[in-house]
Amino acid sequence: MEAVKKEHPLIVSISPHIKDEESVSRIMWTVSLSLLPALLMGVYFFGPKALFVTALCIISAILSEHFFQKGLKRKLTTNDGSAFLTGLLLGMNLPASLWSFNPFTIHVPIIGSIVAIVITKQLFGGLGYNIFNPALIGRAFLMMSWPRAMTLWNEPTAAFVAFDAKTTATPLMILKEDGIGRLIEVFGDKLNLYSQLLVGHRAGSIGETSIIALLFGAAFLIYKKYITWHIPVSFLGTVAVLTWIFGGKGTGLFTGDPILHLLSGGLMLGAFFMATDYVTCPSVRKGQIIFGIGCGALTVLIRLKGGYPEGVMFAILLMNCFAPLIDRGVKSSIFGAMKEKKR
Amino acid sequence: MDLPTFKGGIHPPDKKELSADKPIVEVKPPQRVLIPLSQHTGAPCKPIVTISQEVKKGEMIGEQGGFVSAAVHSSVSGKVIAIGEFSNIMGKMVPSVVIENDGKEEWTLLKDNPDYMNLSPDEMKEKIRAAGIVGLGGAAFPTFVKLSPPKEKPIEIVILNGAECEPYLTADYRLMLETPKEIIEGLKILMRVLGVNKGFVGIEDNKPAAIKTMEEAVKGQENIRVCGLETKYPEGAEKMLIKALTERGVPPRGLPMDVGVVVQNVGTALAIYEAVRYGKPLIDRVVTVTGEGINEPRNLMVKIGTLVSQLIDECGGFKNGTLKVIAGGPMMGFALPSLDVPVTKGTSGIVVLPESEIIHVEDFKPCIRCSRCIDICPMGLMPSMLSTYSEKGFYEGSKEYNLWDCFECGSCAFVCPSKRPIVQFIRLAKSMTKP
Repeated sequence: MEAVKKEHPLIVSISPHIKDEESVSRIMWTVSLSLLPALLMGVYFFGPKALFVTALCIISAILSEHFFQKGLKRKLTTNDGSAFLTGLLLGMNLPASLWSFNPFTIHVPIIGSIVAIVITKQLFGGLGYNIFNPALIGRAFLMMSWPRAMTLWNEPTAAFVAFDAKTTATPLMILKEDGIGRLIEVFGDKLNLYSQLLVGHRAGSIGETSIIALLFGAAFLIYKKYITWHIPVSFLGTVAVLTWIFGGKGTGLFTGDPILHLLSGGLMLGAFFMATDYVTCPSVRKGQIIFGIGCGALTVLIRLKGGYPEGVMFAILLMNCFAPLIDRGVKSSIFGAMKEKKR
Repeated sequence: MDLPTFKGGIHPPDKKELSADKPIVEVKPPQRVLIPLSQHTGAPCKPIVTISQEVKKGEMIGEQGGFVSAAVHSSVSGKVIAIGEFSNIMGKMVPSVVIENDGKEEWTLLKDNPDYMNLSPDEMKEKIRAAGIVGLGGAAFPTFVKLSPPKEKPIEIVILNGAECEPYLTADYRLMLETPKEIIEGLKILMRVLGVNKGFVGIEDNKPAAIKTMEEAVKGQENIRVCGLETKYPEGAEKMLIKALTERGVPPRGLPMDVGVVVQNVGTALAIYEAVRYGKPLIDRVVTVTGEGINEPRNLMVKIGTLVSQLIDECGGFKNGTLKVIAGGPMMGFALPSLDVPVTKGTSGIVVLPESEIIHVEDFKPCIRCSRCIDICPMGLMPSMLSTYSEKGFYEGSKEYNLWDCFECGSCAFVCPSKRPIVQFIRLAKSMTKP
């Protein structure tokens, strides 16, 4: 008996003694993987530039996290994949035209990554403590600082003609400036408009254009239970309903085109991959529905009445502020509390 | 196809195949037994023996120390050789009695009363009290207290808990296979004591053989139903079991009797049968000794007071490698710092884990608010908030998130991708606040 004890020092720790294999890094890498189809479609349409911009964002995000933590003598956490994911998301939210030497705008993605990682994430305490979605703050910062470069959209060429691509307007810009009639004219007919939007053959940010690829990645995440339906469905549903009611320009209520609104801009990327960011959304499912409705309402408000053609980014950032408040107001319902009287 | 269950919960690998097919065998009598006087929830017993006194098997050695308390009996015949403070299975020093076994196995009064069903409810209850029976599922709450509900709380249903939702453990499973009739007799006694004519036996559907055996045992008895339950941890937690079987939700901080239900473990039912029919006190129990770190996993009938080290030896000893030895199941059990601690009434299993099965949590990460713990918490709490509040020292603040409704099932810590020791944070906050 004594011999047994000497051979085997016993480990003592608190229950539970078994744990699931899930880990933070596995979540981050899986989400990154699910974005891959949309990124590949972006590269297909906008050429190698798209890949360069995204890679630049990823590398600068990882390096800025590494050097910030090293400088402050904190634990290095770059291998948990969250900096990679932030860089990837930021890159997918930028126009491919940023990879340009004349005018020189290659520094723009780098600065965006630094703002995302250092200011938005690390200064608030690192992973888990940031209030705002880092990639979106990075993008918002760039929108304010380089408004011209950030809205220089390359035409989707569907070929690897890289550096002399023409610039054009996004569907939402055309919709805002010239109305739906002009938009249909550009794409030929309505059916062609929808199908081009689904595939992603349009001007826009690198990762936002191909709806099919985004939905494919989102379905994967929902299947793996990494995200739930609550935020995307309430977000998209609100956009659909509100654009249907108020979207008609001069044609009265209930004449809007919700399908066009759902398929354009960064809505799918935002609803499935940005608004669902664990850290910056409410953690109770009921609260997430409120959050999604808020995101949807603000998006439509900005799209229809605001100065920008697209409102997903600001909508999510504004709702990020409310996430802690929603969490305080909408708590999970405790077992037995509701059924107290039920006998 | 939908089996009754509750909302939330997790699906850990059940690992029951290690010991499920091993019949219950009696452990060889220990040379001496170390019997703690506090093996139950409630007041410790007062010793009623003195050193060098001869005791018989089944003789009372500690009398009830209060209403919520349970008498303790000698599990061997022999001589008291020491009375003092010894470490119990949770590492706490408690007053205990050490008895040297003379090997004669001489019983104190034990007589068969085949007509036990005609005893009055009060006589039955008295026998259960005298036998020192406590809940054998793990919490070790004195059984007769549960059987004495106040008048304003009428009981309508008795549930036998055969869920055994903790991974690895197979003690209740073996009992249901080997002594189904006796368990049902125990249930009938419980129903008679409480004046109830509706009984349920809840068993998780990963034990089809047990469901079948028990169904055969209740054949022809209209008022008792054996129900298969979804295999999901913690299906066997009292409130979850009641919810699954009766749709009744025990209110927060409430007791099963608030919704007219009493729940007893199947092992307890067997002990009740033996106490009421034979007058046999609770001096032994089934313990599953299992895990990847033990050579021969087995289900053992163990005398209360037998040292864990003896059980390990009986099961062929440890396999090589650093180990964790857990008293109880891997979800809610305690890791033992020493093997020289006795099996008590609440010890349902000894699980030995090798290095490969152990996840070290020293380097846990911050909460990323992924909501997994909120989704699976069977009590509908927000473990993420509780753990964060406690981590930052806001113990009082954690009460706002219903700290005291947590029963520490560990599901949250199981699913946490940041490997946060949530249960530890919750216990810390509980120790720093009052309910």
